[in-house]
Amino acid sequence: MKHRLIFTGKKLIRMALLLLGVSLAAFLLMSASPLDPLQTNVGQAALGTMSQEQIAKLEEYWGVNDPPLQRYLGWLGDFVRGDMGTSLLYRQPVSQVIGQRLQNSLWLMAFAWVFSGLLGLTLGILAGASRESWGDKLIRGWCLLISSTPTFWLALVLLIVFAVWLGVLPSGLSVPIGVDAASVTLGDRLYHAILPALTLSITGVANIALHTREKMIDILESDYVLFARARGESKTSIILRHGLRNVALPAITLQFASISEIFGGSVLVEQVFSYPGLGQTAVNAGLGSDLPLLLGITVVSAAIVFGGNLIADLLYGVVDPKIRRGAARA
Amino acid sequence: MKSFNRRQRALALLLFALILLCAVTAAGIVLSDQAMVTDFSRKNLAPCTQFLFGTDWMGRDMFSRTLTGLSLSIRIGLLTAAVSAVIALLLGSASALLGGWADSVISWLIDLVMGIPHILLVMLISLAFGKGFTGVVAGVALSHWTSLARVVRSEVLQIKGAPYVLAAGKLGLSRGAILRRHMIPHLLPQFLTGLVLLFPHAILHEASVTFLGFGLPPEQPAIGVILSESMSYLTTGKWWLAVFPGLALVGVVLLFALLGDQLRRLLDPASVHE
Amino acid sequence: MEPVLEVKDLSISFTQYQGGTRRRELPVIRNLSLTVEAGQVAAVVGSSGSGKSLLAHGILGILPYNSHMEGELRYKGQPLTPKRSEALRGREIVLVPQGVTYLDPLMKVGPQLRGGRRDAQAKARSRAVLERYGLGAETEELYPFELSGGMARRVLIATAAAQSPGLLIADEPTPGLDARAAGRILGHFREIADQGAGVLLITHDLELALTIADKVAVFYAGETVEEANASDFSAGRLRHPYTNALWNALPQNGFTPIPGAQPWPGEEGSGCPFAPRCPRRTEACVGEIPVRSVNGGRVRCLYPEGGERP
Repeated sequence: MKHRLIFTGKKLIRMALLLLGVSLAAFLLMSASPLDPLQTNVGQAALGTMSQEQIAKLEEYWGVNDPPLQRYLGWLGDFVRGDMGTSLLYRQPVSQVIGQRLQNSLWLMAFAWVFSGLLGLTLGILAGASRESWGDKLIRGWCLLISSTPTFWLALVLLIVFAVWLGVLPSGLSVPIGVDAASVTLGDRLYHAILPALTLSITGVANIALHTREKMIDILESDYVLFARARGESKTSIILRHGLRNVALPAITLQFASISEIFGGSVLVEQVFSYPGLGQTAVNAGLGSDLPLLLGITVVSAAIVFGGNLIADLLYGVVDPKIRRGAARA
Repeated sequence: MKSFNRRQRALALLLFALILLCAVTAAGIVLSDQAMVTDFSRKNLAPCTQFLFGTDWMGRDMFSRTLTGLSLSIRIGLLTAAVSAVIALLLGSASALLGGWADSVISWLIDLVMGIPHILLVMLISLAFGKGFTGVVAGVALSHWTSLARVVRSEVLQIKGAPYVLAAGKLGLSRGAILRRHMIPHLLPQFLTGLVLLFPHAILHEASVTFLGFGLPPEQPAIGVILSESMSYLTTGKWWLAVFPGLALVGVVLLFALLGDQLRRLLDPASVHE
Repeated sequence: MEPVLEVKDLSISFTQYQGGTRRRELPVIRNLSLTVEAGQVAAVVGSSGSGKSLLAHGILGILPYNSHMEGELRYKGQPLTPKRSEALRGREIVLVPQGVTYLDPLMKVGPQLRGGRRDAQAKARSRAVLERYGLGAETEELYPFELSGGMARRVLIATAAAQSPGLLIADEPTPGLDARAAGRILGHFREIADQGAGVLLITHDLELALTIADKVAVFYAGETVEEANASDFSAGRLRHPYTNALWNALPQNGFTPIPGAQPWPGEEGSGCPFAPRCPRRTEACVGEIPVRSVNGGRVRCLYPEGGERP
């Protein structure tokens, strides 16, 4: 138990250090950008409606008065206190904008994550178990095709087919146009999320299926599967008893590593479908030189990715007997 | 009829992909002037025998524009993949050979880069370089080296600790000779395959970031630009503006993936078994 | 009584690529013949890389997909077709593999012993068989990585003994064990043979094999060069020059090394593969070498020791 706590603690510290690194890297990249938020946004409504204090903050971080590292430390100090600055585009605290948008995106990403994970795992196991059969070739070909397809183009094609030609699904946004927020039903939201969620799920499957297939093939070529065959176990029994058990560990890693990919995909998908999630907000923030918002989104998304890795590491400790028993004995 | 074995087929497929990619690149360069010609007398034409991919709202030939865009994509893909691979080689082998704190710092850096969703990182780097050609090339090149660097690191570590290399050192072979006779022959196939498999990712991310508006400028007929522009015309039924250029891009990426796959098949020692 | 296993002219080859795109057939086992009687331990002895393990896989019908097998296999008088070996393996014909990597690393020993059955009878049986090999009931709850080398070997034997087999094939069951532990493990095989099963022991260790074997087939570069009774070794009744060389290379018999090395699969010339290293070779050795019976054993040599010279 103590062993596990120390392990978790070490992982948490590493994660905090990585997040610090991400925020510093992102801050420096934005400071290096020739696109100055004060220049771009001067005279715009955003600056006009900001309080004197908020403008002073903005200058403190993004102006040219101090060396970048000092400005970063100022931002970090506020961040630790829970103040991520004010968004120039939305004229709201960054934390509030991110909170709202993340909620929209989380639905989408969680659905795509679970769906593509389960489907990818199933397809990968099937393909690996029936290696070189027509089913395997079909699955592999499909996955190769999907992983060679730009996510945004897939979104465009689905949009043309389902929204323009068939006209059965809406072409964008998370709610019907012209309906006030209070009267939007859950059904409306789901209806508008179908296409984006579908696109994200389709693209997510390929990677997981291909990697699971490789793992399954490795397992089926292992000594212990050879011995299971020698003991007269049937192919089905081998896959159910040994295949699934041994594919579980790499599947955990794959599944949690796919969070980053799903997040990246959501940026593109939300842009095509004008879905007001975190991804679309990131694009707007970048194009509008809303540096405080972009920085906030970068840190939050990295935190989600690292959090996923941490969960995967902890799950390993529960599932893998080598770690579980090793820890118990230590 | 003579039947070909698996390796001969792999070699043939590899050459086929290579030639086709060269042809597309060359055709795009030749057609680049034609891609900019506007003619309002032939605007918004659906695909026909004269304009295979149709024309857009300014009467520009979508076929020439698509090929020019693909050519641009391939050249940027080559450039960024090459830069990425060199970074991966340097950092990966430095990590393995120096060990100690250098290893920790580089491993930490790899984790850091992998922690930011790819698209977001390319956007950030592109912004830092002021967008445009420089921005997108820097963005893609500086974000794609991580997995190959890990492969290089573990390979170099493995060779470094291998009994035959340790023995060669004990026998008085110089470091340079060990590098030349043991390390490079072992690493080269892995590295080449990794490099070729970087192309598809590089091309897809270039197109994606350009599509979002952080890459190549709108006056250039890049695939990302073409598809981004097509968005405004989709609801009015001009499907060809999006479908053909995208399909062509998928084709090019598939060719690169095929190239990498066949190369791996030929270079992998385990593939001696049928 | 019919022999448990008869192998006649067995050949196993692989399809491989050489130097880029050239494909070739690589013979690993050629014209192998041997018999195993009930109640007998027959050892197949050959140096590493001579394709011995493939013999076991061939009998069990679990060769890799890129291999090709020819020849005749009979189990208790009936031909051992792929279908029949699939029905028999794990029940009538069992394998004891080399080591712990042949156990599923994520499954406890108990369920692996029982092979998927969960009934009380299977449980009682696995308890009993563990006890027979000096392993307590708590072993069932261990994962393979928690077993010591000797324990793992005994667990692997237990998987085979749990079945009351007609033929047990042991594939290099002792590497990594000290002489005493290895001797104990081999003793278990003798015991199984004494209860009526045929045991095929595949090993590189002639000395260890002789401690329990009734007869020995010597394997060289994919061929059986001699089938001898175990007593022939100490009595000096060996027939093939390679067998003699192998025997004389043992520490207690003078430690005399043989010059040269065994050819790799695919690099043998025509005729006798041992000819390049043989003190008795003549020009005739590059031709076809028939198998002959000499002094109650069988030998593939034109000039066997103890046979009359032509």
